[in-house]
Amino acid sequence: MSVAERAREGRVIATRELGRRFGGRTAVSDVTLTLHEGDCLALFGPNGAGKTTLLRMLAGLLRPTSGTGTVAGIELPGGAELRSAIGYISHASMLYAALSARENVELTSKLFGMRDPRAAADRALERMALSDRADMPVRQLSRGMQQRVSIARATVHGPRVVLLDEPFTGLDDSGSAALGAHLAALRAAGTTMVLVTHQIAEGLALATHAAIMRAGALVRVEAGDTIDPATYLTVYREHVTHGA
Amino acid sequence: MAPSTLPAALLIARKDLAIEFRTRTAFFSALVFALLGIVIFFFAWDPTAVSPLDLAPGVLWGIFTFSGLLGLQRSFSLEQSDRAIDALLGAPISRESIYLGKAIANLVFVAAVQVIAIPAVQLFYGVPLLEHAAMLALIALMAAIGLVAVGTLFSAMAVNTKLAEMLLPVLSLPFFVPIVIPAAQATARLLSGRPASESVGWLKLLLAFDIVFVVACMLAFPYTIEE
Amino acid sequence: MTTPSVPASAEDTSPAQRTGIDWLFAIAVIMIALALTRVIYYTPFEAVQGPAQKIFYLHLPAALCAFTAFGVVALSGIGYLWLGDLRLDRAAESSAEVGVVFTTVVLVTGPIWARPVWGTWWTWDARLTLTLFLWFIYVGYIVLRGAIEDRALRARYSAVLGILGSLLIPFIHLSVYLFRTLHPRPIVIKPSAPSLPPEMLTTLIISFVAFFLFYLALVRQRYRLANERDLLELEEGR
Repeated sequence: MSVAERAREGRVIATRELGRRFGGRTAVSDVTLTLHEGDCLALFGPNGAGKTTLLRMLAGLLRPTSGTGTVAGIELPGGAELRSAIGYISHASMLYAALSARENVELTSKLFGMRDPRAAADRALERMALSDRADMPVRQLSRGMQQRVSIARATVHGPRVVLLDEPFTGLDDSGSAALGAHLAALRAAGTTMVLVTHQIAEGLALATHAAIMRAGALVRVEAGDTIDPATYLTVYREHVTHGA
Repeated sequence: MAPSTLPAALLIARKDLAIEFRTRTAFFSALVFALLGIVIFFFAWDPTAVSPLDLAPGVLWGIFTFSGLLGLQRSFSLEQSDRAIDALLGAPISRESIYLGKAIANLVFVAAVQVIAIPAVQLFYGVPLLEHAAMLALIALMAAIGLVAVGTLFSAMAVNTKLAEMLLPVLSLPFFVPIVIPAAQATARLLSGRPASESVGWLKLLLAFDIVFVVACMLAFPYTIEE
Repeated sequence: MTTPSVPASAEDTSPAQRTGIDWLFAIAVIMIALALTRVIYYTPFEAVQGPAQKIFYLHLPAALCAFTAFGVVALSGIGYLWLGDLRLDRAAESSAEVGVVFTTVVLVTGPIWARPVWGTWWTWDARLTLTLFLWFIYVGYIVLRGAIEDRALRARYSAVLGILGSLLIPFIHLSVYLFRTLHPRPIVIKPSAPSLPPEMLTTLIISFVAFFLFYLALVRQRYRLANERDLLELEEGR
């Protein structure tokens, strides 16, 4: 990528024909997308479509086998520098059940080398309205609260990019609504997000861009104005079942 | 600035030990296993045929490896259930620091079991181990470093396989043999009142083993967790 | 059956079926038969040990093949971690399975030889003990491979184990050797004294060549099996 291209304003995530093979199996092929600051891409698709693989590549957790990409200005697969700019949330809590919320979040703030890790952890917990439960072992918290701890942990270092892999899994209605509100606040603060989810309505409510992935490839990408939430479900079903 | 390898490793080690301290199940399991083993071997032995001085070193270091395995098992399994390992992998720390942190925690774990097991062997077998406390501590430390270096790596691998609990012993035990032989031989020498200098050869072998395998396992570790 | 769309380096595109005789295998088998004939009928008895000594002509070549096979496992492992080429992993896998068979032959012929000569089945002889540990390492390697379904993960972990195993061998050797110098056993015969009379040396060399060809033939067959299996898994994965 040339200096000029890299300097182009606001491109937080930019990939070109990004792909990943495992042995002989292609999990992701030819993904080209561009996201700017404050964008939120909702990524839909059936299980096994490669969504998690794509997300892990963007997070620097998995090395691409073809194509190129930059995230937060850093060439993939990146390294420690890339990981500093990313917050990764999956449907597993990624927490230590025996430790408290505060201990979990503080461990992360220390591992990210923040100047005042305890204060940063306290702030993150407060943002997620967890301050009064911060010292209970995580295993004693409800699923919805654990999810909030996960978000606090993943965002304590103020990442530019937040990647979420099916975060609405296992949440009831009020939990989903709360999560949606938190993510909207993140987006409003300028965080760029990629949200993998099966919940089309919740995803579209947050999204500036929507894409469908099937068999490792993006089959349909569109930007906010053209998305019609009412008909999207039909569009999705069409793309997913067609050719299966 | 993200912490460099050793500080990050210490953070991870402290975290592992804090978790173990809260639950304590693995530690007590390993400890009770060690004590039971020491006792069972006592009953399996004919005191008129073999003197305790001959038996004790073998029992001590044999049991050391088996109880060590119990602690090593849980080293990475605690990261699996909620994928907490992904949080560590997502941090801007070196992969080696994850290995080092877990190895340090395992070392503390194994040492803690030995601190109780060694006096127990003295108690049950009537052998004057504690008279040679300094040398014995050195042997124990070097043996533990070797055990933990290899065991931490294999624990990381085993946890990703179908037969995790079975696989860890099958993979690790051949690697523990060059630890047990020097440790037992050196301990036997100590107990028969030989001067410490006679054990130096065995200690050199242990030291070489430790150096080679700490380096090799630390280099190999990123291959076991990254793709 | 559609051709898997994979880059040429990752999978062999050689035909899955091979018609005709496997010449390497046939030659190896013939050579082993020749070697055995020579061992039994055309090689003189050793003065002290008598007929039992003839097991040596199987025992030593098998041992050399067993250790060479592990060297191949370790080197292929290094190659795989460096280049990522699954062919190297298939070579490692094949060499390991053939190697463990040769190792078993060593461990069986050793005691058969020891019993009439030394009066006991097992003597903790340094080299035989080392071979025993080689056997354990091989078994661990094969069990590890069987416990991992993901192809790339299996290759990576096997490579790590193969490399660490090769580092272990010298330490085992040294530990056992030092142990034995402290606990010496009466050594009646030095089994593979370098001063072999010419006919025995010739027999040994022929035997070694036969075994080595057999090793190569078996590894090649096993490699083809691994290749087909991988191709099949690719097909099913689609």
